[in-house]
Amino acid sequence: MKSLWRRTFNNWELYALFALPLLYIIVFQYIPIYGIQIAFKQFSPVKGITGSPWIGFDHFIRFFESYEFWRVMKNTLELSLYHLIAGFPFPILLALSLNYVMNQRFKKFVQMVTYAPHFISAVVMVGIMLVALEPRGPINALLQAVGITPVHFMAEASWFKSIYVWSDIWQNIGYSCIIYLAALSGVSPSLHEAAVMDGASKLRRIWHIDLPGIMPVAIILLILSMGSILNAGFEKVLLMQTPLNMESAEVIDTYVYKVGLVSALPNYSYAAAIGLFKSVVAFILLITVNYTAKRIGNESLW
Amino acid sequence: MEHAIKESRGDRLFTIINYSVLSLLLATVLFPLLHVLSASFSSPQAIISGRVWLFPVDFSLEGYKTVFNYGLVWSGYANSLFYAVVGTTINVILTIMAAYPLSRKDFMGRQFFMFLFVFTMLFNGGLIPTYLLVKQLGMLDTRWAMIIPGALAVFNVIITRTYFRTTISDELLEAAQIDGCRNLRFLWKIVVPLSGPIIAVMALFYAVGHWNSYFGALIYLRDQGLYPLQLILKNLLVQNEFDPTMMGDVEQMAQKAYLTQLLKYSLIVVASLPVLIIYPFVQKHFVKGVMIGSLKE
Repeated sequence: MKSLWRRTFNNWELYALFALPLLYIIVFQYIPIYGIQIAFKQFSPVKGITGSPWIGFDHFIRFFESYEFWRVMKNTLELSLYHLIAGFPFPILLALSLNYVMNQRFKKFVQMVTYAPHFISAVVMVGIMLVALEPRGPINALLQAVGITPVHFMAEASWFKSIYVWSDIWQNIGYSCIIYLAALSGVSPSLHEAAVMDGASKLRRIWHIDLPGIMPVAIILLILSMGSILNAGFEKVLLMQTPLNMESAEVIDTYVYKVGLVSALPNYSYAAAIGLFKSVVAFILLITVNYTAKRIGNESLW
Repeated sequence: MEHAIKESRGDRLFTIINYSVLSLLLATVLFPLLHVLSASFSSPQAIISGRVWLFPVDFSLEGYKTVFNYGLVWSGYANSLFYAVVGTTINVILTIMAAYPLSRKDFMGRQFFMFLFVFTMLFNGGLIPTYLLVKQLGMLDTRWAMIIPGALAVFNVIITRTYFRTTISDELLEAAQIDGCRNLRFLWKIVVPLSGPIIAVMALFYAVGHWNSYFGALIYLRDQGLYPLQLILKNLLVQNEFDPTMMGDVEQMAQKAYLTQLLKYSLIVVASLPVLIIYPFVQKHFVKGVMIGSLKE
């Protein structure tokens, strides 16, 4: 048997290949992780990250005690949960629905059209929302036609979360259903044949055959979305914010961006502390959900 | 199979409802897209008075004329093209360089390296430390800031590694090695040519990402001349920052106000055009990409 060293040496080319990606990961992922320490320091650009003095948990305490904390946490959680709960069933329903379409051309056409919005950028998406929802835009014209007074959707805090969530479902329902369609195609046809022989209706077949068939995929996706639950589509939220809807539109990520990079006196340390708080909570959530799913349903990410 | 047995009444009802719901969904997705497209070809007056629904009213190319007279749109297009082409090339090369060794069973330490990569998907430094790093590297306000910080996506490395594992058999590698083929040559002459589908899928994922992103530019760039199209769009569409001097030869103020509304529709179309044109050709590749990505080891 060749020694470990010999085998490694024989594969030096693999290590040479791997060096550059590894360097990239170390520099652009692990150096920022190392840089998180500024959350516990009074960062001054002159002294740099390592040279700045430690101050412990002061920034965290200041954040928890600030007026902003509850507003930002509440918005983040509300938006994420709303998004998660409303967004989860629709791709599954679409996949089940498409699975029972026998006309292949119709099926292909529905798929092609519903996948398309996924490729629209966040900026264009918000642009479409702005023109569609403005006081004199088409949606309000429609409302007026049935006798409802026009609403200035984008300027009202109470509408923000619904607009965000439902536009997202509109944009991604088709694309998200691909993975469920794949899972459905993996369900054995003999199960369906047997069920048809036993006189099961389509609804029964969906309930007893298709749904159990896609459960593992659904659980994995649910775990994954729990991990990013606090991320709340930051880029789109930022674009949708107006001074008028800020009350319900400020989430952790946009707050970090403003405190750390936009304000006249950027406070890197304070912003990094808030960001770290978010990452830690998200990380704990992911681990917990993964552990629970493993215990209950034998499904897990790792 | 099921045609042999006559459909029950319940199942027929199910089919009717199913087709109706799908048709409704189809209309819901299509209508906004067609509306924007039609509005962009209508006259400013028709839009302001809300007469545009599904088809263009008072056909006009006014909006497009104004868009193409707007200098920043052109430079944004050029910059986005640059970031997408150069960025994607680097992305794909780095992804293969990472994924291939990780796919090899005889690559010592691969589990450790894999963990090192995957961990960054679960936990990262966040916005501020990353920004400070880019600043320290002197990349602020340079084209590098748009390409280097996002040069590799771990998710794509995982997809690619899984693809290599399932399509390149161990026997193939052994046979090549017996013939004296070294690793780099094997990768270049055998693995890459056999991996057309996955390379296409990755290139598409990365390219769309580059084309659609604005946030990197928002935090790293100050010089308008470097702005990608999406950031220019953000200023025009979302923040209404039209510079009247860049709107060409429009004279009256009122006319300008009318035009800015029309301009938004034309901008949306112009910005999405590249994606819309290639969409029918790449759609099936994306589907394949999602499917490969969903493979569980």
